[in-house]
Amino acid sequence: MSLIVIDNLQASVNGKPILKGLTLTIEPGTVHAIMGPNGSGKSTLSHVLAGKPGYEVTGGSVRFKGRDLLAMAPEERACAGLFLAFQYPVEIPGVSNMEFLRAAAEAQAKARGETPPPAIDMMRRLREIATELGLHTDFLKRGVNEGFSGGEKKRNEILQMTFLRPALSILDETDSGLDIDALRIVGDGVTRFLRDNPTHGVLLITHYQRLLNHIVPDVVHVLTDGRIIETGDRSLALRLEEQGYVGLVDRT
Amino acid sequence: MTNETIEQRLNRAYSAGFESAVDADTFPPGLTADVVRAISARKNEPGWLTDWRLKAFAAWQAMPTPDWAHLHFPPVDFQAISYFSAPRSQADGPRSLDEVDPELLRTYEKLGIPLHERAALAGVVGAEPGTSSNIAVDAVFDSVSITTTFKDKLAEAGVIFCPLSEAVHTHPELVQKYLGSVVPQRDNFYAALNSAVFSDGSFVYIPPDTRCPMELSTYFRINARNTGQFERTLIIADRGAYVSYLEGCTAPMRDENQLHAAVVELVALEDASIKYSTVQNWYPGDAEGRGGIYNFVTKRGTCLGKRARISWTQVETGSAITWKYPSVVLRGDDSVGEFYSVALTNNRQQADTGTKMIHLGRNTRSTIVSKGISAGRSQNSYRGLVRVSPTAAGARNHTQCDSLLLGSQCGAHTFPYIEAANSSATVEHEATTTRVSDDQLFLCAQRGIDAEKAVSMIVNGFCREVFRELPMEFAVEAGKLLEVSLEGAVG
Ligand SMILES: Nc1ncnc2c1ncn2[C@@H]1O[C@H](COP(=O)(O)OP(=O)(O)OP(=O)(O)O)[C@@H](O)[C@H]1O
Ligand SMILES: [Mg+2]
Repeated sequence: MSLIVIDNLQASVNGKPILKGLTLTIEPGTVHAIMGPNGSGKSTLSHVLAGKPGYEVTGGSVRFKGRDLLAMAPEERACAGLFLAFQYPVEIPGVSNMEFLRAAAEAQAKARGETPPPAIDMMRRLREIATELGLHTDFLKRGVNEGFSGGEKKRNEILQMTFLRPALSILDETDSGLDIDALRIVGDGVTRFLRDNPTHGVLLITHYQRLLNHIVPDVVHVLTDGRIIETGDRSLALRLEEQGYVGLVDRT
Repeated sequence: MTNETIEQRLNRAYSAGFESAVDADTFPPGLTADVVRAISARKNEPGWLTDWRLKAFAAWQAMPTPDWAHLHFPPVDFQAISYFSAPRSQADGPRSLDEVDPELLRTYEKLGIPLHERAALAGVVGAEPGTSSNIAVDAVFDSVSITTTFKDKLAEAGVIFCPLSEAVHTHPELVQKYLGSVVPQRDNFYAALNSAVFSDGSFVYIPPDTRCPMELSTYFRINARNTGQFERTLIIADRGAYVSYLEGCTAPMRDENQLHAAVVELVALEDASIKYSTVQNWYPGDAEGRGGIYNFVTKRGTCLGKRARISWTQVETGSAITWKYPSVVLRGDDSVGEFYSVALTNNRQQADTGTKMIHLGRNTRSTIVSKGISAGRSQNSYRGLVRVSPTAAGARNHTQCDSLLLGSQCGAHTFPYIEAANSSATVEHEATTTRVSDDQLFLCAQRGIDAEKAVSMIVNGFCREVFRELPMEFAVEAGKLLEVSLEGAVG
């Protein structure tokens, strides 16, 4: 079964159409990259899929692991295995990362009818993951994103993904704001995660092909004005880097 | 009215029967000098104390009700309140938990008090206090203390921990010396009322250079209908002594508003340290604000000696109306006053709380951390005074005052008053107001956490600095209380 099937999805914000018939299918174990100019609707897509309030779906459908995704509450989508790494992660002062992720893991386990792992095991795993991502374990005790630098926030998103083991991750510009070393660490982190979770799917939103040197995509899409206008393999990303979006025309 | 007629009325009232599950004999409503004398007589008090009460009563009669707080409520009819209520036959307590008022047991259960401690708390004869807990408990049930545990261990250390009414007889010199020394009879309207009619409360004395071997704790509960509560607590830490005192309370559902006017006095001598923690969860009234407790409390401590330290930590979630300013008078040089507060209001609750730090000695320091959370249609006000007198050279204060709003119909207000009469003093005030943002709630939802849990987590995070000051058991309980109090605040 396909992980996610997005069919002719249309959505508006404040009555303004942003997504104008977007079609995309992701199979388990594959990495899809979406590239596209500023304001083309990439974050809107990620928000609509995650169920952020304020967006109106005006047409089309989304099936996630066979279920009607658009009918599910945001937390249900999360518990079903949909994860969004935010382009702009928000802070929750005073709520430690550790406590936040424990609450998340417990809520997700409960929704799936599983017993959450003991707190001590969660703590050990979080420390391991933090170390792998080059984050000092003190970050686990600090408030969620509280006072984190831009790059630390992005790494923290990957830490959350690795810990929660979703079925599908949408990474919205996780590479922006990362220095060169951090980019490699994050790339390696995602690659390692994919190796450890072979059925995991990734939807990678990015402006830069250099991330794709670290996380090699199976498919690359170009999104402009709320529609996917071109789909190809990795070479499409290289071509975009050279030529920009101007040469592309909507061939759908 | 003479004492005899009071007694007669009393018996009549008793034979008329009461609704409470616990038989209580209660004075008829009304307050006169005779009622004050009768209260004193019922408690076999020495003449000096009767006179002390009468003086307070005279002062109270001449005082207008305070109306400056940011609160709105119908005037309290002080003549409609009964000023004395005592459980009957307290000498022969219940034989087992089966004989204890089930309502009381349910309250303990809700508070999360471990089973093995409930019997001791409820005053079951021969009940062994739990060994796992290091908390001594003096439960005030209605107006009279019905049980005191851990007495032996405390006695070994020379600590006196007993009902104030008992201390009046066993340690009259200490009571007479310190009662009213921090909160004088005529201090304010509610303190004067309390001084005239105070029922009972805890008395604590820690001898010099003694660290109290356990946390001392009192659970208050309001039981009898229309019974004003007038606890009075007096804690004295002698030179170099240390004590941590916990106060917690909860009340069952009530239809009528109930008045609560307690007085707490703390005295810290040279190098002594008193930590007073409160988790307060009285019935706040229903969603429309009906019922609920009126909580008008005077809490004050004096750092009498050099390097003394008094720390108030409070978590306020209950009451329909709260009017409360735990304060510290920093008399001794280099003494320290602290106030850590979480006040949560929901529905139609109103709270006007804060603190006063009065700097008199040199190099005195005070810290104020106030966290106000407003939800529903509640109003939450912080009112704080920092006064630096001319004598307080080098005094320092830091005030951090944060408000968190849930929803758009509630209000948060800050009224800081600073009076600095010494140019070498440093007084800092920081204030913030934040909302629980939709983006925060969406982040939580995206990780699988529903809105109710998310709000309670965010609120707990907001309160972290204060919870850190609470003893472990209380911190957990405080977190639970916030969660319960916020039920229905989102959705
Ligand atoms: N609340 C809103 N009200 C009006 N317009 C909005 C709102 N939110 C998004 N938009 C508009 O929708 C369009 C798509 O925005 P979106 O954030 O999805 O772009 P993007 O492809 O992620 O861009 P970027 O590469 O800059 O991150 C933009 O023109 C944006 O201004
Ligand atoms: Mg974007």
